[in-house]
Amino acid sequence: MATTVGESTHTVQVTATVNGQERSAQVETRLLLAHFLRQTLGLTGTHIGCDTTSCGACTVLVDGVPTKSCTMFAVQAAGREITTVEGLAAGAQLHAIQEGFHEEHGLQCGFCTPGMMLTSVAFLAENPSPTDEEIRWALSGNVCRCTGYQNIVKAVQHAAAKLAEGSE
Amino acid sequence: MATTEPRGLGHSVKRIEDARFIRGRGNYVDDITLPNMLHMELLRSPVAHARITSVDTSRAAALPGVVAVVTGDLMAQHNLAWMPTLSGDTQAVLATDKVRFQGQEVAAVVAETPYIARDALELIDVDYEMLPAITSPQQALADGAPVIRDDKEGQAGNHIYDWETGDKEATDRAFADADRVVSLDTFYPRCHPAPLECCGCVADVNPASGKATIYMTSQAPHAHRTLFAIVAGLPEHQIRIVSPDIGGGFGNKVPIYPGYVVATAASLLIGRPVKWIEDRFGNLISTGFARDYHMHGELAIKDGRMTGLRASLLSDNGAFFADAQPTRFKAGLFHICTGSYDIPAAHVSAVGAYTNKAPGGVAYRCSFRVTEASYLIERLVQTAAYELGVDPADFRRQNFIKPEQFPYTSATGFEYDSGDYTKAHDLALEKLGYAELRKEQEAARAEGRLVGIGVASFTEVVGAGPGKIYDIAGLRMFDSAELRIHPTGKAILKLGTKSQGQGHETTYGQIVAEELGIPAEDVLVEEGDTDTTPYGLGTYASRSTPTSGAATAVIARKLRDKARTIAAHLLEASEDDLEWERGSFHVKGSPDKSKTIQDCAFAAYTNLPDGLEAGLEGVTYYDPPNMTFPFGTYAAVVEIDRGTGQWKVLRVVAVDDCGVRINPMIVEGQIAGGLTEGFAIAAMELITFDDDGNCIGSSFMDYLLPTAWETPDFEMHETVTPSPHHPFGAKGVGESATVGSPAAYVNAVVDALAHAGVRNLEMPVTPSKVWQALKEVGLAE
Repeated sequence: MATTVGESTHTVQVTATVNGQERSAQVETRLLLAHFLRQTLGLTGTHIGCDTTSCGACTVLVDGVPTKSCTMFAVQAAGREITTVEGLAAGAQLHAIQEGFHEEHGLQCGFCTPGMMLTSVAFLAENPSPTDEEIRWALSGNVCRCTGYQNIVKAVQHAAAKLAEGSE
Repeated sequence: MATTEPRGLGHSVKRIEDARFIRGRGNYVDDITLPNMLHMELLRSPVAHARITSVDTSRAAALPGVVAVVTGDLMAQHNLAWMPTLSGDTQAVLATDKVRFQGQEVAAVVAETPYIARDALELIDVDYEMLPAITSPQQALADGAPVIRDDKEGQAGNHIYDWETGDKEATDRAFADADRVVSLDTFYPRCHPAPLECCGCVADVNPASGKATIYMTSQAPHAHRTLFAIVAGLPEHQIRIVSPDIGGGFGNKVPIYPGYVVATAASLLIGRPVKWIEDRFGNLISTGFARDYHMHGELAIKDGRMTGLRASLLSDNGAFFADAQPTRFKAGLFHICTGSYDIPAAHVSAVGAYTNKAPGGVAYRCSFRVTEASYLIERLVQTAAYELGVDPADFRRQNFIKPEQFPYTSATGFEYDSGDYTKAHDLALEKLGYAELRKEQEAARAEGRLVGIGVASFTEVVGAGPGKIYDIAGLRMFDSAELRIHPTGKAILKLGTKSQGQGHETTYGQIVAEELGIPAEDVLVEEGDTDTTPYGLGTYASRSTPTSGAATAVIARKLRDKARTIAAHLLEASEDDLEWERGSFHVKGSPDKSKTIQDCAFAAYTNLPDGLEAGLEGVTYYDPPNMTFPFGTYAAVVEIDRGTGQWKVLRVVAVDDCGVRINPMIVEGQIAGGLTEGFAIAAMELITFDDDGNCIGSSFMDYLLPTAWETPDFEMHETVTPSPHHPFGAKGVGESATVGSPAAYVNAVVDALAHAGVRNLEMPVTPSKVWQALKEVGLAE
């Protein structure tokens, strides 16, 4: 409704922990988390593919839970811990899931990759030694148009094996 | 000096470009932010066909933060309300007189933030006087149909073109002589490439210099620069198109869309950079769709051999004829429709019509309607086998073009460069365990289960040019490569193509590695910036390896020749006494007397023989002597749930022959992606319209894409029949699986029901369609 235009410019202070750092900004209450991350904080690794919570390109972790940031307001993230793709690697050391996607050719255009990896990280934390079928179900909220998923499943298995190695 | 062992052709080198993508450091167009940048949003028509009686922008313009509201009338003042399409028609940039499809661009708001621009769209008041909507080409061509393109002088109806090829008389004779004629009417529905990244641009016209830098989602940046120069009347040297990382293209990012033009005009008028990023609704409702092709096919058969093929086609082109295809072929390359078979006579006739639907028409991972052609022949072949009471595999084998017939001239005039269809077909059947599966199918039937086996043997025609036959908007379809080897032996390779995920930064580097021994890791591959890369027609229609890949090999060989002269100088030997072993020259009989390509590169800038020009670099433009003809066989096994009509893919076996593979890992990645999109088209993807022209399928809630859960596993195999004319024997491969596989899936579902007399199911083969068929033949549970 056009009549809500004036009201929507109301702003609030949002403070959240993003990739381990406290970040704070004065933002419009209606600002989506995806836009907060991309535009306010300049973390452009989080992508937007559909606007309807269908494709998962915008997936980030909110307190460890995969969340589609195009359908969440920035204000709802206040006081919470956000992990984006930029927070996966520890300096030059890639996360096991990043290594898996590279080694198994789990990406082509790269647009879905950040969301795929973050969903996978949360899934592997819950299920460290999954079957292929369990991986396919876990990733069914993330769309990839390029790879045909087969190598993404392999990438997640690669990461699972690598993480198991590390925890031994 | 080589840092790693050069791995040339045939190595599954891990992708160089991955490094940035897995870290979230890609650079897609929406990631670009320029100082002082504004944001643009488009107002789209809510209706399919209506006359615009007024556009009132005053409320929108008054909203704080709005910088400009652009209408068709404003664009018309600058002679930009209309633009040419890639098929020689015109398309409205912003509507002035009428809207002709739902989602058509009507106005634009440029504001300080995208949120304000969106708010302002709500404040634009447009009055529409409704007109009847035409949603099919049959309706469009009926007597008395309202004329959609009344903007065009002399346009009496909605007819766009009649086009035909092949030999009608010879085909008529084949049908007269036939002992059997099999026909099929089928509709290849409208679908959409839907790359995960929508289209968009950042237009930055510098008011001081006049230079227009346009960052845009472009699969063909050089062609776009030239077309921009023509459309906008800007001098071409003052236009720089930069196509950054692209989040998938599949043909969707070949055309020029109104948003690019309006954003550029707005930047020019306002003097600030303007960003326009399409949303998913805008992408699905207005940009280059695919197919929407009504096909009637007939096969003449005599003594078990196919002797003639007729195809008549009716194309729904939407409101503007904007197909991206070679100029002289109105039905694209549909005339590849004799496929893998030795059919002596063929005739194709095609009619195009305007409707009140989005324009576009050829996109979606397909070399110009090869997909529709492949689907028709492979569905016809299966239908014929049932009618003749023979196994479809035997029928195919009996009719394949034989290896000794190559080069083979098809009835419609293509010269197939190479192929061994029986070999690929038989390998697929062997890997599938075809004979055993047929027995299992029988056994399953006896238990009341419905299992189907579908096979499709495709032949594609990809890699345009030759330029004298294939051009787009007059621009000949050659492509280019420029290679510069730096003094320390590292290199930069620049091309006229543009990757959208295909892995060019790795595969082109491997070609250099193969030809010069410089490892791919030491080669920076640059594409997409028209100020720095050589001219080319871009990446679509599986043309990068056949054109720029070939150009890379050619220029590398030229530089190797120069390096030989330098090596002879350094070794104080005659050029004729030098032998090249990848990466170095040595004196015949004295392998210890050698110079590496890196030594030669250093000497090219430091120690040249007298009279030789400095440097080790060059550019070449490669115009292929022929297209390449990749082929293969795909086989799918499905089982139908008699209670719901759902069908599940149990197995997919794919045998592809794309000639010599540069990077097998990347090739298989392309094939797996194509098999998935082929499955999607066969099973679920559909853009359709209600009788009023309302688009159904304009969000990912309605336009269904397969996820990891629905997508089957693929068993991929290869045969290798090198292209005889490509410098290293490669053929295009990016689209093979989208072209070939839909027929395999549909053939499999039909096969599960064929014993009950079912001969056809239309795509997308949804559970409800299968359920209807089950009910009709009494197999529903």
